[in-house]
Amino acid sequence: MATQEEILQGLAEIVNEVAGIDVEDVQSDKSFTEDLDVDSLTMVEVVVAAEEKFGVKIPDEEVKNLSTVGDAVTYIQSHQD
Amino acid sequence: MPVDIKSPAGAPHARILGVGGYRPSRVVTNEQICQVIDSTDEWITTRTGIKERRWATAEETVAVMSLAAAGKALAAAGVEAEQIGLVVISTVTHLAQTPSLAAMVANELGALNAAAFDISAACAGFCHGLALAQDAVRGGSAEYVLVIGVERLSDLTDMNDRSTAFIFGDGAGAAVVGPSETPGIGPVVWGADGAQYEAIGQTFNWDVLREQTDIGFPALRMNGQQVFRWASYQMVPVAKRALEKAGISAEDLDAFIPHQANMRITDAMIKALKLPEHVPVARDIARTGNTSAASIPLAMERMLEEGEAPHGGVALLIGFGAGLVYAAQVVVLP
Repeated sequence: MATQEEILQGLAEIVNEVAGIDVEDVQSDKSFTEDLDVDSLTMVEVVVAAEEKFGVKIPDEEVKNLSTVGDAVTYIQSHQD
Repeated sequence: MPVDIKSPAGAPHARILGVGGYRPSRVVTNEQICQVIDSTDEWITTRTGIKERRWATAEETVAVMSLAAAGKALAAAGVEAEQIGLVVISTVTHLAQTPSLAAMVANELGALNAAAFDISAACAGFCHGLALAQDAVRGGSAEYVLVIGVERLSDLTDMNDRSTAFIFGDGAGAAVVGPSETPGIGPVVWGADGAQYEAIGQTFNWDVLREQTDIGFPALRMNGQQVFRWASYQMVPVAKRALEKAGISAEDLDAFIPHQANMRITDAMIKALKLPEHVPVARDIARTGNTSAASIPLAMERMLEEGEAPHGGVALLIGFGAGLVYAAQVVVLP
């Protein structure tokens, strides 16, 4: 089970790899679309990479609820096996 | 003891003998689209790779476009219309429930010895048609088969839908499939995932118009994120199986011609497939938009014409779309 910090770190690495955004810019309070300029399709790439990395399922209907990095961290943490 | 009946005798193998396309005359740029929807050229380009698309005029009907593409494919194949034993058309924009578009096109083409029917496999339609054509040639049901993908998706586009108005285009692509001494079309890998039936479809079915006459015409709608995820990730194992079944690896390819759905899907597939950099990839979507069943033959024709892919080279085709349905196969280019 990854801790909140580990998930944030891992997610930041994914966002960096997929969207080329600096790891240190990926903070809990940042909005994916507004602050990080992650568009809806890039968001799908982030989600699929996160599913693989953290062993969670993030269905399509949940993706729209993950507006901030913190939302994604919370979702991943509470859905880990 | 019942009497013996005869089985048909087919060709040892089948291959694509010629391909032809028709691009309608009206070029519609992103700037023109943005006069209607609140968007920008940059927004559309980064999300889809589309710079412009072709929209048919009133005269450029699905039949007219089919005939033009078919004529070019027959000429390229060196096959006469009367030699055609089967015409298969894939379209979702022949706006008559019956009869089929194929029956009309076969007659106007002079393919008077051909069986003719339409299939409904959306953006995977061309690859489905190719599989049927191969089976008909090898099974002896037809010596030569004409496969056409044709769409006027502009007829089913809601110009006020900010998520789809810029995606779709019109056009036709055709291929003549015939007998071959050597394998020219690999085994098809195909399937349907009806659990995602709602992912792409019409805003409402035609019968709704019986009760409600003030709601205009139906349009195509799509759950973009759901389709992107499915196409970008679940189609990669399908493509890999098509390579395996053909007995080749991605290294051996001379071209990768996926359905031109979205440049981002193509890029995601290339990455996940680990496609070698030397393999040219169809990117016709930039100038043609997403033309559903017509996109693969149109892209194939362009790659051959521009010398991007070699005649006689080996190409991986994969179509995927509403259903959700998919089909992939390796082919030898005509």
